[in-house]
This record gives sequence, C-alpha cells and structure tokens, in this order.
Amino acid sequence: MSKITDAREAVMVGRRSDGSLVRRPLSPHLQAYDMLQLTSALSIAHRITGVVWSLGLAFLVWWLVAAAAGEAPFGKAQWFFGSFLGVLGLMGLTAAAWYHTLAGLRHLWWDSGRGFDLPTTYLTGRAVLIGTGALTALTWLMLLIAWI
Amino acid sequence: MADTAPTLRTLRTPLGRVRGLGAAKGGTHHWWMQRVTSIALLPLTLWLVFSLAGMPDSTWQEVTSWIGRPFNAVLLLAFLAAAFHHTAAGLQVVIEDYLRPELARMGAILAVKGACALLWLAATLAVLRIAV
Repeated sequence: MSKITDAREAVMVGRRSDGSLVRRPLSPHLQAYDMLQLTSALSIAHRITGVVWSLGLAFLVWWLVAAAAGEAPFGKAQWFFGSFLGVLGLMGLTAAAWYHTLAGLRHLWWDSGRGFDLPTTYLTGRAVLIGTGALTALTWLMLLIAWI
Repeated sequence: MADTAPTLRTLRTPLGRVRGLGAAKGGTHHWWMQRVTSIALLPLTLWLVFSLAGMPDSTWQEVTSWIGRPFNAVLLLAFLAAAFHHTAAGLQVVIEDYLRPELARMGAILAVKGACALLWLAATLAVLRIAV
C-alpha cells in the first residue's frame, strides 16, 4: 500500500479478517462528515441526549429513594431540585428528554423502512427540533402554573 | 458470474476466519429489545414527565401518597424497568463504539450494567416501600 497523499484515502484503508490491509471504502466516520449538517448534528445530539438521560435517571432514583427514606432526606432532594442549579439542570434535562423521545420516534419510523429520502429526512429533523422546543415549553408552563 | 464471485486466497472458510472475532451472538436481540423498550417508554415518559411537572412544590406527604397509589406505583415500576434496560443497552453501544481495548471495554460495560442494575433495584425498592 502506497503512502497516502489524498486525505480522502484515509477512509479507504480497510483490514481483512486475517489482519492484512486492503484498499476499500470504509463506512465514513467523523473525518468524512460535515458535523454541522442538520442530519449529522441531530444524530450526534440523539446520542448525547441519551447519555444525558442516564444522568437524569440517577436524579430520579435519588428523588424516589429520598421519598422512601423519609421527610428530612426528601426535603434535601427537593431543596436541590428547587435551587438555581437544580432548576437549570431540570430544564436541560427536560429538553434532552423530549429531544431523545422525539428523535427516537424518528428512529422507529426509519426502522420501519420509511422516510429515508432527503426531503423527508430534513422535514422530520426540523419537526423533532420544533417539537422539542414546544414540549419543553409546555412542560415548564405546566410546572410554573402548578408552582404558583 | 465468474467476475462477481469473491476469490479467497486462503484454504480457511469465511466462517472459520470470522469465528471468535466477536458479535454474531445476541446482537439482533439486543437491537430488538432496545426498540421494544423505546416503544414502552414513549407513553410512560409522557405520563411521568407531565406528572412530575404537575407537582413542583408538593410536600413529602403529597408525593408519597402519589407514589403509593397503585396506578402510579405500577407505571413507575414499569418505567424504571424499561428505562434502565434501555439505558444499559444504549450506554453499552456507546462504549462499544468508542472504547477499543478489550479489557477496558468489557470492564466499562460491566460497570455500566452493574450500576444500572443497582440503581434500578434501589429505585424499585423505594417505590415498593412507599406503595406496599
């Protein structure tokens, strides 16, 4: 295999199952993507929001365990969630949760073999973003109304 | 036909060459269970998020009586089971994608699965303790 002079050759270095090198196209990775395209940005965001959701689950576990432990531990948890940092975190978590839910719905739609053409992909992608904003706003509107 | 047939410069069969290189065990089931739990989580997440949004300044008595209601307790237990299964499966895929060394990869996956199992059990016990 000759020395690589063209950057695009980097995605042409494959490996056979016996370990020997072979020149063939690999599935494109970060170097081949424009990360700021809507399609790739939403894909990356789906993974990030999924990981963020796991942190949110840990907070839910804390809240439930604190409630089971008694009034004083529950008060501490409630104080944290009501603090500036807590509210900020919960707002971010709400947006991440709705994004991951809607983008997940888009993935289920893709799993059924539909919606792969570019216009539809961009349409559903924008719908996910608008839906995330709308659901996050609705959730916090409900929360504020219940709070007052 | 002769042009398209792959040529193998080895006497070992393709199956023999890929054996032991990983996967091809429970991959489809892993993928499928991620979809199944995601479908279950759609209504459960809607219910949980909007329920929690409705009780920002609830007292401990109000919250525990809400968790203790059978309808809420059952849905909470269902949400926790589906959510932790989905989380463990999802984090496993993330680790498999970015962590190459075999020992570190397996260690990280086992750590994530252990943490998910323990957190799930803790949350489940909490709900049951309040509800039962």
